[in-house]
Amino acid sequence: MAIEVRIPTILRNYTDGAKAVSAEGATLEELISNLEAAHPGIKERLVDDGSLRRFVNVYLNDEDVRFLGGLGTPVADGDTVTVLPAVAGG
Amino acid sequence: MRFESLIDSVGRTPLVGLPRLSPSADVRVWAKLEDRNPTGSIKDRPALWMIQEAEKDGLLRPGCTILEPTSGNTGISLAMSAKLKGYRLICVMPENTSEERRQLLRMWGAEIISSPAAGGSNEAVRVAKGLAAEHPDWVMLYQYGNPANWRSHYETTGPEILADLPTITHFVAGLGTTGTLMGVGRFLREQVPGVRIVAAEPRYGELVYGLRNVDEGFIPELYDESVLTTRFSVGSADALRRTRELLAAEGIFAGVSTGAALHAALGVAAKAVKAGERADIVFVVADGGWKYLSTGAYEGTLEEAEERLEGQLWA
Repeated sequence: MAIEVRIPTILRNYTDGAKAVSAEGATLEELISNLEAAHPGIKERLVDDGSLRRFVNVYLNDEDVRFLGGLGTPVADGDTVTVLPAVAGG
Repeated sequence: MRFESLIDSVGRTPLVGLPRLSPSADVRVWAKLEDRNPTGSIKDRPALWMIQEAEKDGLLRPGCTILEPTSGNTGISLAMSAKLKGYRLICVMPENTSEERRQLLRMWGAEIISSPAAGGSNEAVRVAKGLAAEHPDWVMLYQYGNPANWRSHYETTGPEILADLPTITHFVAGLGTTGTLMGVGRFLREQVPGVRIVAAEPRYGELVYGLRNVDEGFIPELYDESVLTTRFSVGSADALRRTRELLAAEGIFAGVSTGAALHAALGVAAKAVKAGERADIVFVVADGGWKYLSTGAYEGTLEEAEERLEGQLWA
């Protein structure tokens, strides 16, 4: 089993159109590095200068990773990671 | 209760327990019924405060035109106040919002400018900012960045909740402009040591996230991450399921965003039970279900309802 990563429409050009890809890693940072190996270019869209980009939200099992430990958040087999751009509500 | 006028009756809404959905006697969930405001949503509070602040500052004078980007409820609240106070109101609204909201806005005399569905409220904000630049005489109250938005909750919603439930441990609300969470959250953090402030953010269908690139995202100017304890993303399937559960188990007929807040509240409740902690969890019923009947949210199977909601802004 691996970690499922859900990719938003605007980043699917890096995943050959796939809505979700699987990857491995012990932390979110490792996971993203492994994603980069399989889908070159995607890391730069997610991470800037060692932290998540301002308008990128990443959720681990629906919880915002910024409140869990950012890129250092531990991840494990069976988890779901969802990437979404920040949009307005209200 | 007696009031001088409709506007004076904003707020002081009931807080009701959920005896059937609360997991135990030690872990209780409470609903703040914000649908009991004059126009049927929590937005009556910030709308009124934003208008009153603008009047105090001399920005708004009788006959002025107010411009606002809104997916519905704030517009409806502003329309009611504007009607009573003699202002013209123009709302910029994404075209993928429910027909009821449009009818209600027109009914109270507001004019509507539609913004493209793709991009959701981001686009409405962009279009409204452009219009404001073209028409310097129009007054954009701008709910996403106007401190009167969160102040209204700091001064009214928060104190009401604490007065009704001094033993509160968690506050859960939907995240849109962030005004409710910032205002109630700041108030409670000052008053209740260790209180947890939890955001439930609606996760829409893919169309809404159809931005050209990730640098075009939007974060409301009011948002301050440090006020929150954590933040959950709630998809339309979970939001719909909880909206129906709230109706079936407790008789509360609420809008779909309330289902998202309830989903997060019940998640928090389950964690408290597991940890053996006492909890009094308040979540916000932002509006009633009336405006969402045409979306089919309450009919047929959950799968059918979810499909119908795809691409719509349900919060």
